[in-house]
Order: sequence, then C-alpha cells, then structure tokens
Amino acid sequence: MIKIMRYLKPYLFLVLLGVVVLFGQAAADLNLPNLMSDIVNQGMLQGDMPVIYRTGVKMLVMAFAGAVCSIVASFFAARLALGFGRDVRSAVFSKVEAYSLYEYEKIGAASLITRTTNDITQIQTVLVMGFRFILYSPIMCVGGIVMSLSKDKHLAMILLVSLPTLLVIMVGLASMVVPAFTTMQKKIDQLNLTLRESLTGIRVIRAFNRMDHEKERFTQANRDLTNVAIRVNKMMASLMPIMTLIMNGTTVAIIWFGGLRVSRMQMQIGDMMAFSQYAMQIMFSVLMVAVMFVMIPRAQASAVRVNEVLDMKTEVADPAEPQTPPQQSALVEFRGVSFAYPGAERPVLREISFVSAAGETTAIIGGTGSGKSTLAGLIPRFYDATEGEVLVDGVNVKDMAQKSLRAKIGFVPQGAILFSGTVNKNIRFGKKDASEEEIERAARTAQAYDFVSQMPDGFETEIAQGGTNLSGGQKQRLSIARAIVRNPEIYIFDDSFSALDFKTDAALRAALKKEIENATVIIVAQRISSIMDADRILVLDEGRLVGAGTHLELLQTCEVYREICVSQLSEEELA
Amino acid sequence: MSAGAGDRPASGANRGPGRGPGGMMGGGGPGGAMMRGPAEKAKDVKGTLKRLLPYLASRRMKLIVVFILAIASTVFSIVGPKIMGKAITKLADGFLAVVQYIYRLMYAINTNQPASAIEAARSAYIPQYDMQYIGRLLLLLAGLYVLSALLSFIMSYLMSGVSQNIVYDMRNQIKEKLDRLPLKYYDARTHGEILSRVTNDMDNIATTLQQSLTQLITSVATILGVLCMMFSISPLMTLIALVTLPLSVLFTLAVTKNSQKFYVGQQKAIGELNGHVEEMYTGHKAVKVFNHEEESIAHFQEINDRLYDVGWKAQFMSGLIQPALNFVSNLGYVFVCILGGVLVARRSIEVGDVQAFIQYMRTFTMPIVQTANIANILQGTIASAERVFEVLDEPEEKPETDHPVTLAHVDGHVEFEHVVFGYSSDNILMRDMNIEAKTGQTVAIVGPTGAGKTTMVNLLMRFYEVNGGQIKVDGVNITDMRRGDLRKIFGMVLQDTWLFNGTIFDNIKYGKWEAGEEQVYEAARAAHADHFIRGLPGGYQTILNEEASNISQGQRQLLTIARAILSDPAILILDEATSNVDTRTEVLIQKAMDNLMHERTSFVIAHRLSTIKNADLILVMSRGAIIEQGNHQQLMDVGGFYADLYNSQFAEEA
Repeated sequence: MIKIMRYLKPYLFLVLLGVVVLFGQAAADLNLPNLMSDIVNQGMLQGDMPVIYRTGVKMLVMAFAGAVCSIVASFFAARLALGFGRDVRSAVFSKVEAYSLYEYEKIGAASLITRTTNDITQIQTVLVMGFRFILYSPIMCVGGIVMSLSKDKHLAMILLVSLPTLLVIMVGLASMVVPAFTTMQKKIDQLNLTLRESLTGIRVIRAFNRMDHEKERFTQANRDLTNVAIRVNKMMASLMPIMTLIMNGTTVAIIWFGGLRVSRMQMQIGDMMAFSQYAMQIMFSVLMVAVMFVMIPRAQASAVRVNEVLDMKTEVADPAEPQTPPQQSALVEFRGVSFAYPGAERPVLREISFVSAAGETTAIIGGTGSGKSTLAGLIPRFYDATEGEVLVDGVNVKDMAQKSLRAKIGFVPQGAILFSGTVNKNIRFGKKDASEEEIERAARTAQAYDFVSQMPDGFETEIAQGGTNLSGGQKQRLSIARAIVRNPEIYIFDDSFSALDFKTDAALRAALKKEIENATVIIVAQRISSIMDADRILVLDEGRLVGAGTHLELLQTCEVYREICVSQLSEEELA
Repeated sequence: MSAGAGDRPASGANRGPGRGPGGMMGGGGPGGAMMRGPAEKAKDVKGTLKRLLPYLASRRMKLIVVFILAIASTVFSIVGPKIMGKAITKLADGFLAVVQYIYRLMYAINTNQPASAIEAARSAYIPQYDMQYIGRLLLLLAGLYVLSALLSFIMSYLMSGVSQNIVYDMRNQIKEKLDRLPLKYYDARTHGEILSRVTNDMDNIATTLQQSLTQLITSVATILGVLCMMFSISPLMTLIALVTLPLSVLFTLAVTKNSQKFYVGQQKAIGELNGHVEEMYTGHKAVKVFNHEEESIAHFQEINDRLYDVGWKAQFMSGLIQPALNFVSNLGYVFVCILGGVLVARRSIEVGDVQAFIQYMRTFTMPIVQTANIANILQGTIASAERVFEVLDEPEEKPETDHPVTLAHVDGHVEFEHVVFGYSSDNILMRDMNIEAKTGQTVAIVGPTGAGKTTMVNLLMRFYEVNGGQIKVDGVNITDMRRGDLRKIFGMVLQDTWLFNGTIFDNIKYGKWEAGEEQVYEAARAAHADHFIRGLPGGYQTILNEEASNISQGQRQLLTIARAILSDPAILILDEATSNVDTRTEVLIQKAMDNLMHERTSFVIAHRLSTIKNADLILVMSRGAIIEQGNHQQLMDVGGFYADLYNSQFAEEA
C-alpha cells in the first residue's frame, strides 16, 4: 500500500494544501461549540443580547469558512485521487503491453484485466475516502481532545472511560464480523460457481439427468450462504445500537458529572454543553478511523496485486545496442535451441536445430504438448531460448530490437484473435498504411473475400469483441489476411488451419503459395494434409526433434510421423 | 439465425472480469452512497410491488413486530434530548439562583446597607442545585437509551432472518424455474446475464429488505417525532429548522442533477476503458507480434485522460454534497443558537431547550438524506425484482406427457419422420427431414458449419421440440417418453468439454452416479485417460479448478469420453468428440470408441473425414437438409459434395 503511494508524488503539493485546508475546516468545526458556549454563558444566562448577536455573526463566518475549506478539500481530494488512479492505470497498462508472453501467462489475462481496472479503482476509492477520513479524523480527534481539555480537564476523565470502551467493543465486533464477512464472500462465490456450472453445463446436466443433483447442490450452497448471511446480519444488528448507546451514555455521564461540577461552581453550563459536543466529535472521528481500517485491507490486497504487475521484470528486453541484419534474406535458423519455463522440471524444447531459407516451407508437427507452438513463439521472441540461439537473417533475435524483428514477421496465432472494429480495420492491423487494394488482395488470398463481401456492410462490417459474430473458420481466415497484408519475410502459422474445412484449407494454401515466394513459412499443424507438401517437416515428440525431412522421407524413417499419418490417412493415401 | 444456437455454448460465461461498465467505480467515494449514476427505472412499479408483497406477507407477523419495534425504539430515543434539556434547565436554574443570591449580597454590601440587611442577605437560604432531581432525570434518560438500543437491536435481529429467508426462497424459486426452462432460453442469452439476475439482483433485493425497509420506517418516525419535539419547544425555532430543510434537499437535488452528465460520461469512459483493456490483454499475442503496443497505449491514454477529466468532476460533485449539507446544518445550528439565546434571555424558553433543540437539529439531517436516498434505492430494487420476475415468467418446457412410455429394453432404432424445425418459427431450418438409423448402425453427419448438424443432436435429446413431424426411438415418439427416460438412452460426448469443479473421479462418475470405484477406473482406462490421470499430482482425486485449466483441452475431452463410456448408453452421440485431441491419441480413443459403438446405434458428427469413413450411413447436410446419403463408397461413386470434400484433402497431390 505504501509502496504504491509513490505515485502520489506529483500530487504532494496538493496533499499538503489539502492538509492545510483540512486544518482550517477542523478549526472551524471545533470552534462552533466554543462560540456556542459563549452565547450560553455570557449571552443567555446574563441576558446580554449584543454578545449573542456578535458571537452569532462570528459563528456564521466560522461555519461559512468551514464549508469553503471542506469544499476546497474535496476538490483536492478528487483531483489527486483520480489523478493518482489515472497515473497508476497508465503505468500498469504500459507495463503490461511491454510484457513478454511469459509474464503475461504467469499472471493470466483475466487477472491482469482485474488488476488494471477494479484493483486500481479500489485503491483510488480508498484514497478519496482516506483524504477525508484518515487525514481529517485524526485532526478532529486531537483537536477535539485539546478543546475539551481546555474546557474542563476533570470532565475529560469521562472520555478516558468511554473512548476505550468504544474501541474495545469495536475491535471485538470487528474481529467477529470481518472473518464472518470473508466466509460470506466465500459462500457467495460458491453459490455463483454452482450456478455458473449449471449454466455452462446445461446440456450435459440434462443429458445425464443430473438436474436433481444440481438442484441439491444449489440448494445446499444457497442454504449455506443464507445461514452465514443471517449470522453476519445478526452480529451487525448489535453494532448500531451499541454505538448509539455508548455515545448517549457518554452524554448522560457528561451532564451528570458536569452538573456536579457546575453545582460546585467549578464549571460553566455553556462549557459543559460545548464539552458534550466535543465528545461527540471525538467519538465520531474515532469511528471513522475504524471504518477506514476496514477499508484499508481491501485496498491493501489490491495494491499488492497492482505492485506485482509493476514490479515484474520483463524477461524479454531489447538489447542495449540493437543490431540490424545486413540484408533481408528471410532466413530462420535454430541452433541447438532448448527452452524451459523457469522453475519447470522438464524443458519444453530440447536442442532443436534447423534452417529455413527464403522460399521454403518448414512444417512442425507433433502431438498436443509436444512444444510446437512454443517453438514457433521463439521466433518473434514471445519467449527467449534458454539455451542455443534463434537467428533471423543471420542475427540472434536477442540482439535485435523487438520492433524491427517483429516487423519482419507475419504471425497467425492459434486462437485467431480479432479486435472490435470493422473487417477492414482488423486486416489493417497487420499494416497500418495498407491501401484498399492491398487489403482486398490479402482477403482474397486468405479465402476471406467471398464471405466478407457477402456480409451486410462488406469490409466495413463491424466485428464484435472477440469476433463472436463470426465462425471459427471465418475468424481464422481474417487473421490470416491480417498477416498476409503485412507482406512479411517470415510467415508463422500457429495451427491456423484447424477450423477450416478441407476444401478451404486446400484453396487457401494454393493461393498462398503464389504470395510467399520470397518468404520463409513456418507452419505448425495437426493435420498431415496441411503440410504434406512442405519442404521440410519437423516432427516433435515431447520437445525433442524426432524427425526432419520431407513427407516421403519421414514415412520411411520416422516412426512417430508414420503413426501420425496412419491415424489420419487411409492405406491407399499413404501409398 | 442458423443452426448456430447449439454451436456456441459458454460464450458469455468466460467473459471474465470487467463484465459491465458499472463494475469499476462502484461506490465513488464519500457521499457516493448519496449519488449514484442515473437510477434504473422500473417499467411497471405497481405490478412488481404487487408481486413482491406476497413474499413479505408470509412473514407478516414478524414484520409487524419489526415495525412496532422500530417505531418504539425511535420514540424512546427521540425523547432523550428533551429530558436532557430539562436536566440542563434545572442546572441553569440552580446557577441563576446562586447568581441571584450573590448578586443580592453584593448589592447589599456595595450599597452600604445596614449590617443587619447584609447579614440577612448572607444568611438567606443558599439555593442548592437540585442534583437529586437531575440524577433522577438522568437515570430515566439512561433507562430510555438502553431500552431504545435494546429494541433497535431486537428489530435488526429479527429482520436479518426475515430478509435472508425471503431471498433464499426467491433464489430457490428461480433455480427451479431455470430447470424447467427450455434450452432455447439459455442459447438466446449470455450466462452472465442470467447469472446477474440470480446473484446481483437478488443481493440488491436482500440488502434493501435488510436495511432500507427498516431505515425507511425509522427515518420517517424520526423526522415526524423530531418535528413534534421541536415544535413543542419553540414553533419559531422550528421554522428555522424547516427553512434549512428544503435548502438541503434543493441543493442535493441540484448537485445530483448537474453531476448526472459527469456520471454518465464517467460510466461511458469506464466502459470504453474496460473494453479496451480486456481486448488488448486477451489479444496480447497479436498486439505484440504486430508491433501494436504504441497505438494501444496511445488509445488507452486517450480514454484514461478522458476518464480523469470527467471522473474528478463527478467525484468532486459528489464530494460537494457532504460539506454543503454540513454547512446548511451549521447554519441552522447558528441561527438556533442566536434565536435560542434571544429567547432564553427573554425567558420565553429555557437553556436546556436550546441544548435539546440543537440535538434535534443534528438528528434531523441524516434521516432526511436517507429518505431521499431510499426512493432511489427502492427504484433500483424494483428494477431488480422486475428482472427476477421476468425470468419467472418465461415460458417453460412443454410439460411431460401424462402417460409416459418406458422402454424396457432399447434396441436403438431411431427414425426422423417428416421433421420440421426452426429455432424461431419464422426461420425454418429443417423442412422435411427423414432419417432412419437401424439398430447397431453408425450414422455419420457431415457438412459445413451451420448446416444443422448440432441441431440434430438438440432434437434427438429433446433439448428443443420439433415444429412438425416426429422422432421415434424403437417406434415410440420421443414426446411420449419422459425427458429423463429418453436421455437415459443416450450417451453424449460434445465438443464443449464441460466438467465441474470437483475431483476427476467425481467428474467421470457423473455419467453414472451409482457406479462403483472399479467401474470408474475401467471407464477411464477405456478412454485412455487412466494414464494421464495417474500422472497428475493428485491422481483421481485431483480437483479440477473452475476453468479446469489445470489439465489440457485434450485431457478434458478424454474425461468427457470416460464419462460417456461409464454411462453405458444404448445410443451414442459424438459431436466433434475428438476435435481437441491430437490424431495419435484420437486413434487410441477411436479404438475405445469402436468397442463402445460396437452393436450400438451411434451418431457421429465429425470434421475429420477419416474418422467417419467406416460409418454405415453418412448423411451430408447443408442448410438443414440432407443433400446426400449413403456409405463412403456410394458417396464417392456419386461424385457429389462429399466426394468433393473428401478429395480436397489431397488436392495438391493430384
């Protein structure tokens, strides 16, 4: 929490000003009872009208000054809290954009989103409150104590009893209520989980006739939640009455003991009245601080999560002096490359070596988890090789600027990631200054032109977030067009044909062939038919290269490859 | 709409955080409770209230007790300041008497009156403070306060059970309703939408019942009570209080109205920001590889700056209310002090009255602000209740037939006779579908996306009802069976690998709850899942986490296959069942499947043509109609769509 407060630095001046203003407000608030006691003592009881009027005007001025201070304070609070939020959010977002896939996967997209949005807002909210309560309440508390002492030291003994009582009861209640709230949150999550499962699994549940079972689970979760909620509510039920009782009790005590002191001529009535008002102000401040202590842990948890994002070291960094390859030769080379996730027991890739030159197609095939996608991800430096070197155009990718490296690459990711916006905009994502002809051409090559032009607004059709208004195959084709429009030196297709039917797949590959004459193509695939004609097929099995060569060569030499073929093709096709 | 309905389950559920634009700036700081974004408007307030009432009515007695307690507790606490004022007046009387005594004595001395006069003044009765009386008053006061606190506690205590149990009932009711809703309902909306009605809207109702309802009673009681007390002290001073009252209400309204546009702007900016963050983060790979970071950050900054601009204004506006209300109440305080001072000086009211009045003024503002809020809160709650009732009003599945037929032994002879079906009545997908799957046959269905393959499954399982014609199993129309009995006949493995949050063992057992331990292992072995399961740290007792992300997609699929194997159905449905496993594993599974499918009627939907070549009957579907049917050889000989599709796999070889 404290660590993240470094982002308050630019607003230090505002904070200081705010404190000054809050002091002003406190002074005004604390002076009102004082003036009132003057009215009582000198005005009412002595029947001195001018004193009443004079003091009244003073009070008016005081109230007004207090209001102004408090408005200015809330202005400062708003500016600095929202400014802080903006700065942190911006820092976090920029940081995440610089993340390599390794850090990204470590925290996970969903969690990163929460951290950038909700968590920061949480801290921001506490900051606004904090400005008001954390700063103001202690000022009021101390000021109130000073004022009440100045009114009557002996009567202040009452506070020695009532304040600790208040604190003890509050802490006691909180120690019961806070864990109960945590339990309740868990029960809520449990209920949500049960419900969400019964929604996502509706077909399976109905197919297996498990509706009664699910209902039982739900009712159980519901009962659990209700019981805890009732327990929490019952505890909370005592909170307000107890607080009110302590405050009222204090007032009664003040009047009794104050009355005794008045009767002994040790105190004036007005002062006693003022004293009781101070006592209220002090106790309210204490309550407010207590409320803050409930808020802070939540913000604390958020701050920790946000800090984790900010403190994460980016594994993939630009070199101090980036090199540029002498020429664009569209050459990809792996030299004894191994890769392991930090802390992992087994490496994902072991000693992979191959060369793929311009005009060549290198295919990577293997079972799930064999490391195919990781291998492809090493070229654009999603990750860095643990051992060995990955070279592009003869230069180690670690020695290049990430930007210039990636400018050479047209990458088609596995999941066909599209963005909200028009079809045109999505293809243009690959090349910002692409002309309409280039975009159309790319779409044609990717076999996307036909379905795009059949859509209501053609290339200007809006794609929903995540591309939910497109089929899997359509998304893949657009994502391929996006890479093609880049006209890159190196194409990487990460299992990008899986959602296409065979016909489209074949047509696409035929059209692509013409486009990529001078480029290196790396294809990760599951289907033999997609890669049979590659110049080089790399067969991966549990991270090891178990075969390399053409389709026919591998059929002869590689057992794993043959098994894959047998699983997909019939005898006559193999022959 | 095409046949897509069945093809996209689970789309809304894993949207993740940042679901709505509302999530981000919830509270909005101090005073945030007073000002929210624009309150949701309920469509039919009266109707909704009428439907909410029965829930309350069943707890009538408790509620009446709660009402009485609330009013009693308020009344007792309101009397407090008045009594306190009396005590202070008594003190002041004592003080004034003493002052008078001293004054007289001093006067006698100062005017050089005769010694006897001075002595008389000196020995006159020295007025005593009536501490006994004051003590009695304060004891009474303390008693009242304790009583009031006790009653208020009992009230909240009683209410906590009432509100939670009402919501408990409502939640169960909505869940039961959900169980009776047809799949059509689920396919037409996101899970988030349904979920939010059962959780957020329900929470809303619970909180309102728990807090706002009693708050409303106590607030109104307090306002009325305080007004009475103030009036009894001094009508003139009450007038001041009443003047400040509309002032604070007017001010609050003005600020709320003016800040509305900032709030709307803020919500919009938050929505945009969340959307951008969500999209850029989920598309991280594409952003990186296309060097799009700078644009992405620039766009983010732009929204972020806009959010700041409008956000601090909204925040400031909401921060204004508290000081302003404070000021207004201070104004009242000052005027009461002045006017009270004058009145006391003129002896028309007592000192204690001023003290009491000040306390009343202080207790006045809170309930008024609360009452103003409650209107807003109630409106939101009614809107929530309306959404809940909307679910309860949805048309349900066709009721089960009165005289259900049960098949003692299932042969697995399935017929589609002149089936007509569309996901909506104005968009008919299947016009006249006729299929016959004989006992033990394997029927494969191929065709492009949207051809209606998954629709066939939906109809067979009676997830959807046919619009015309009939589907028969062993000669019995499936609508003449209970849904449960019908579905028992089928075993289903879907592309969507749904597993629940629990152990792997229980997930497989889901297929047949009464299965023994050994049977579960057997099924896992048959699905070639045993090996990987035993390799997991927890083995069969490994708990799948919420997204089941601790095992791979392919492994999940193996588990669903094991689940289907365990259920040992008469008829199998495999809808893209092996789309997520690699082909070598698929071969293994296929072998297991072949055993399973042996002598069982099976429907197989598959992308990979190699997996269905051996089917007895291949149906080629396009746009809801069967355009070709026959076995592999027959279809190849016809040289139509299927042959085309099949040959395209090897286009480049040719």
